[in-house]
Parts: sequence; structure tokens; C-alpha cells
Amino acid sequence: MNASPTHEQALDLYYYLRLNRSLEELLARLFRQDKIGGGLYGSRGQEAISVGAAYALGPDDWMAPMIRNIGALLVRGFKPRDILTQHMARVTAPTQGKDGTSHFGDLGARHVIAPISMLGDLIPVMTGAAMAGRYLGQKIVALTWIGDGGSSTGAFHEGLNFAAVQKAPLVLVIENNQWAYSTPVSHQAALRDLVDRARAYGIEGHVIDGNDVIEVWDTARGAVERAREGGGPILIEAKTMRMTGHAQHDAAEYVPREMFDYWKARDPIERYEKRLTASGLWNEKIKAELDARVERELAEDLAFAEDSPFPPPELAEQGVYCEGCHTIQAQWRRPKEEVMPPKSSVTARWTVRDFGDVREAEPLTKSDQG
Amino acid sequence: MTYLEAIRSALLEEMDRDPAVVLLGEDIGVYGGAFKVTAGLLERFGWERVIDAPISETAIVGAAAGMSYLGLRPVAEMQFIDFIACAFNQVTNYVAKSHYLRGAPVPMVIRGPAGGGVHGGAFHSANPEMYFVHTPGLKVVYPATAYDAKGLLKSAIRDNNPVLFFEHKLLYRRIKEELPAEEYLVPLGKAAIRRPGRDLTIVTYAAMVHASLEAAAKLAGEGIEVEIVDLRTLLPLDRETILESVRRTNKLLVVHEDTRTGGIAGEIAALVSEAAFDELDGPIRRVTSLDTPVPFSPPLEAHFLPNAERIAAAARDLAKY
Repeated sequence: MNASPTHEQALDLYYYLRLNRSLEELLARLFRQDKIGGGLYGSRGQEAISVGAAYALGPDDWMAPMIRNIGALLVRGFKPRDILTQHMARVTAPTQGKDGTSHFGDLGARHVIAPISMLGDLIPVMTGAAMAGRYLGQKIVALTWIGDGGSSTGAFHEGLNFAAVQKAPLVLVIENNQWAYSTPVSHQAALRDLVDRARAYGIEGHVIDGNDVIEVWDTARGAVERAREGGGPILIEAKTMRMTGHAQHDAAEYVPREMFDYWKARDPIERYEKRLTASGLWNEKIKAELDARVERELAEDLAFAEDSPFPPPELAEQGVYCEGCHTIQAQWRRPKEEVMPPKSSVTARWTVRDFGDVREAEPLTKSDQG
Repeated sequence: MTYLEAIRSALLEEMDRDPAVVLLGEDIGVYGGAFKVTAGLLERFGWERVIDAPISETAIVGAAAGMSYLGLRPVAEMQFIDFIACAFNQVTNYVAKSHYLRGAPVPMVIRGPAGGGVHGGAFHSANPEMYFVHTPGLKVVYPATAYDAKGLLKSAIRDNNPVLFFEHKLLYRRIKEELPAEEYLVPLGKAAIRRPGRDLTIVTYAAMVHASLEAAAKLAGEGIEVEIVDLRTLLPLDRETILESVRRTNKLLVVHEDTRTGGIAGEIAALVSEAAFDELDGPIRRVTSLDTPVPFSPPLEAHFLPNAERIAAAARDLAKY
């Protein structure tokens, strides 16, 4: 680890962080103007985790964002207009108004699998994606996120445990933002560090500063490469803070004021700006250009979204079933003969690791030290 | 070939035909499945295609969905279909809504042994099909014959939607038929007339097709000719075949092993009242299991389940109108 981004990558990371935050500020304004229905879930203070982790993926890898991972969607090539139209329920949105928020994906070029509101469900799904990629010989990695609260679900356990048993190329980022709606992490788990769960699954784990985009990117990049090489799933706990309420309606009065102050001083974007300045990777002019690009793109896409019509009511009746719509073909990167008889044939007998008696506690694997 | 062998044969043929077809479930590989449905498939297709999973129904269903997004056609086994309850959220919220909301099809099959009559008790005998019939986006199949079990499962694997494939465990080794040597498919969403008759229609499915046929044979000796419609697929429902039959016989009895309240009989009764009320010469009747969990002890279970005598009695009563 400890790789440094190239100059171009370093500025790219800033662009996505800024775009992420400015887009969410725009969404908040639209919410207050009553132009957004339903809830608005932000990621203020957590942008480095979305952006840094998504930026670590290769083009063929698969990603599944959670609702706050708007920055990851932007990195993966979605445009602000996709997120704006989703929230504004327009027919031009990726789901044509059938769902809102960041509940959308793209099984085609972008390899993005969509989330649903039930937390944890994506972990088994991404385990399956990882297993399928390996089966097809693709050498891909599947990456997804979960919150501190979501890590209390059964689906989290079942999915991560299955991935561990299968040594599936899965990278799971726990975005520990300290609060699950109004409940502090101390009431989700009796652990100081949620990464300790990695040991329980016999997998590699890392705990990192989630407000340092370079650390997130670098850790995720290393994890992605090791998972790709067949090392099995990797759990990363990124410490951060949700700097808003659960959603726009929530004033988060249950959060101690000092806690906000503490984390405000560690804002991921301000920190990264200082870092870019200190390392001489940019100057005022470059920053102004990037900020202007963000503002221009948001203005264009807002105009697009506001000009977009709502969906026709009859659309509600369509698409329950996929009838003749399925165009996804398995992309084989290995000879199919390998998985067909006679080559696929095996002796159906278990090889047991040992006889399962009491042993001296094994030392921590090197991965636990991460 | 038995009903069970027909299912195995469908899996084998589809795996031979398409390397994208993979199996996952508990104890399906080395052991060959709790009922041996998948026996021999690990030997033939290897560890990558016949995957023994931990006891994690949510992970099994979720992983199958993820596999389908990359172009595989997974078939997930629930060791007993009762255990699909553990994966309810994954099935009804993730899988079922994927295409409607996001245009992301989920071609996968969840199959498993269902139904009572084998003294399996409340957690190994249930008929939970209606939870899923009430879930838009799923297809629900429940065959009564070996021929259909094979042909419907092959169609289910090739379907672009998530299909729940219920196998009646009472039929696994009790039903034996000569099946065609050549390949065939049975289309999803089409009911079959198992026996033609002019006096009344019994709409039923799965093991109750056989109980209804037994009742019909008895009633024929009494001069009552019963027509039996085997739904085969519960979702989407073959409304046309039901309505056509009722228009011929003018009387409808719905029989199912599922419990009474919220069973598909209610839906079919509503459908027929809405679309063919004028054609009816008598009330729509139901023969179903009791509104209780499936009890364990044989006399309790026998009391809980419908049988040919009860079906015949209800039919006799209805025939008087």
C-alpha cells in the first residue's frame, strides 16, 4: 500500500468529492423548494469513502452503492442528471420514476448493481456477483458498502460468511458514520471497531480514516487487487461521521453538538484541499477551474431535470415481468468446456481440514494486522 | 420416471445444455440433497456448478440474484420450502422488484420440497405459495405430474424472471410416469384439463390434483362428471382456462392443500364472480386445509388436510344445484 495517485488522479478525486458535495447541496435546496418527493439522504462528511473506494475499481469490476454513495455513482460514470431526475421522479431518470433516490444501477457498461432500502441485502447479492465473475473466468472484484447500522443485519452476516467460505472476490466497506438514524453505534454492536468482525469470518480486515480520501483509495485499491488474486473477501471499516440527520427531515438533535464540532474539523474535502495545496498539486487557478466545471455541469443537468416530464401514469402498469427483454449474456473468459462434462466431473467426496478437536488458539493471521 | 427423477432429469438436461446454469443450496452436492433430488450432479458438473452453501437462505437467494446479473442462470434449492421464510426479504423485496423498478431482470429459480402428508410437522410441510403469489414480479409454479415437473422446471430455468418452483414431497416417489425420450418443455402460465366433465369444475393443483382425480372417479360412478383443472402455474394465473371450464360446467369447486384464509381459492372465486357470475348455477365452494399450522401427529395431520372423501362430499353437494 501507500501508493500515491498521479497528478491527474489526485485532481480527479477532488473533482468527484466536490461534485458529490455540491450536488447534495443542490438536492437539499430542491428539497426545501418541494421539488423532491420522498426522503433525501445525504453523505455530507462521508464523501471520501464513496469516492475513494469507487475510484479503486477497475472498469470491469462490479459495484453496488448504498443510498448515501452518490459519490460512487458519479465516479462510476453516472451524471448529476441521473441523480437529479431520480430524486425529482422524472421519466428521464434511470428508473423512469419507478423508484427514487440512488436506487438505480446499470448492468451494462457501468457494472453497477442497485440497492434497496433493506440494509445488508446487497452483501449476498455482491457475493453472488463475485462468485459468478470468478466462475466465468473474468478476474473481477465486487465491492459494496454497508453502514454501522446495516452491519447488524442477518443479511450482512450471511453474505459475508458465505463470501468467506467461498473465498469470493468481495470487498466490503463498512462506512461507520457513528449513527444509524438516531441510534449510536454503541447500541448496534458491543465493539469499538466493527472491523473486528473480520476475524469472526476468518477474513482480512482493515480499519482506516474514512475522511482521508487517499487512505480510502489506497486501502481499497490494495484490497481490490488482493481479492482479485484470490485472497478471499476483505472487510474495511472506514471511520467517519454523518454530518447531517438521517435524512433532510431529521435535525439530528440527538447528536452531541461537540461531536459535530469534532468531525467538522476533520471535514474530508477541506482536508484534501489542504493536502493538494501543501503537496503543490494545484493552485488557486486549478481549483477555480474545477469548481467552475462542477457548477457548470450541475446547472446544465438541473435544467435538464427541470425540463424533464413526469412519467405517463400508464407506465405504472408496465415491466412487472421481463418478457423477451433479457439481453444479458454471460461473458465467458475461460473455455466453457472446463465446466462441462467430462472435464467438469469430480469425485464427490469431502476433504476435511482436520478432525475438529480442541487446539491451541491459532495466532492472528497476518491479515488481522492490517 | 418418478416425479423426483423428472426434476433431476430437468436439472441435468439444462446443465448439459447451458454452462450458465449452476446450482446452490444446502447439502445438495456431496450428499445429493435432503431428498436426493440433486444426486449425481456434483459428480457430473463439479464443485463450481453444484455449490454446497452454509445454512443461509438469505445468502443463497441473494447470491443467486447476483449471479443472474452477470448472466448465469442459478437454481437455488431450499432444503424444505418452509425455509424460504428465512429469505423472505431477499425474495420479495430484492429479487421480485428488480425488473419492475430498475429494469434489471433476475433469471433464477428457487425450488424446494413443499406440502404435507408425510408427517413432517409444522416446519417441513407448509404450502407457503401464496406469500409469493401476492408478490408482483415472481412466477410461482407447482406441478402435479412427473411430465409437468420436468417440462415446467426446464421452462423455469430458461425464463427471464425469478420463478419459485414448488415440488410436492408426497409426490416425489409416489408418482411414476413414462416420459418422452426427446426433449420437451411445458410453458409457464398454462393450466391443464386433467379430466373433462360436464357437471362441475374442480380447480386445483399439486397433490390435490390426485385427490381430486380420486374423488372424480368415485363421483363418475354416481353419475356426476367432474372436470378437473390443474393450474400448474399459480402466478401468472391462467384465468382463461378457469373461466372457459366454468362456462361449460356452471359450477366451481376450488381445492387446495394450502390453508383456507388467503388461499388461492379466494382469488379464483373473486375472478369467477367478476367475469362469469351469470354463468354460475350454484355457490363457489372451497375444500382446503384448516386455518392452522400443519400438525404433526398422523390423525391430526389427516384431519388438517383435504382428501378425496371431503372433495367428493363437497362436489356432491354442489352438484345438487
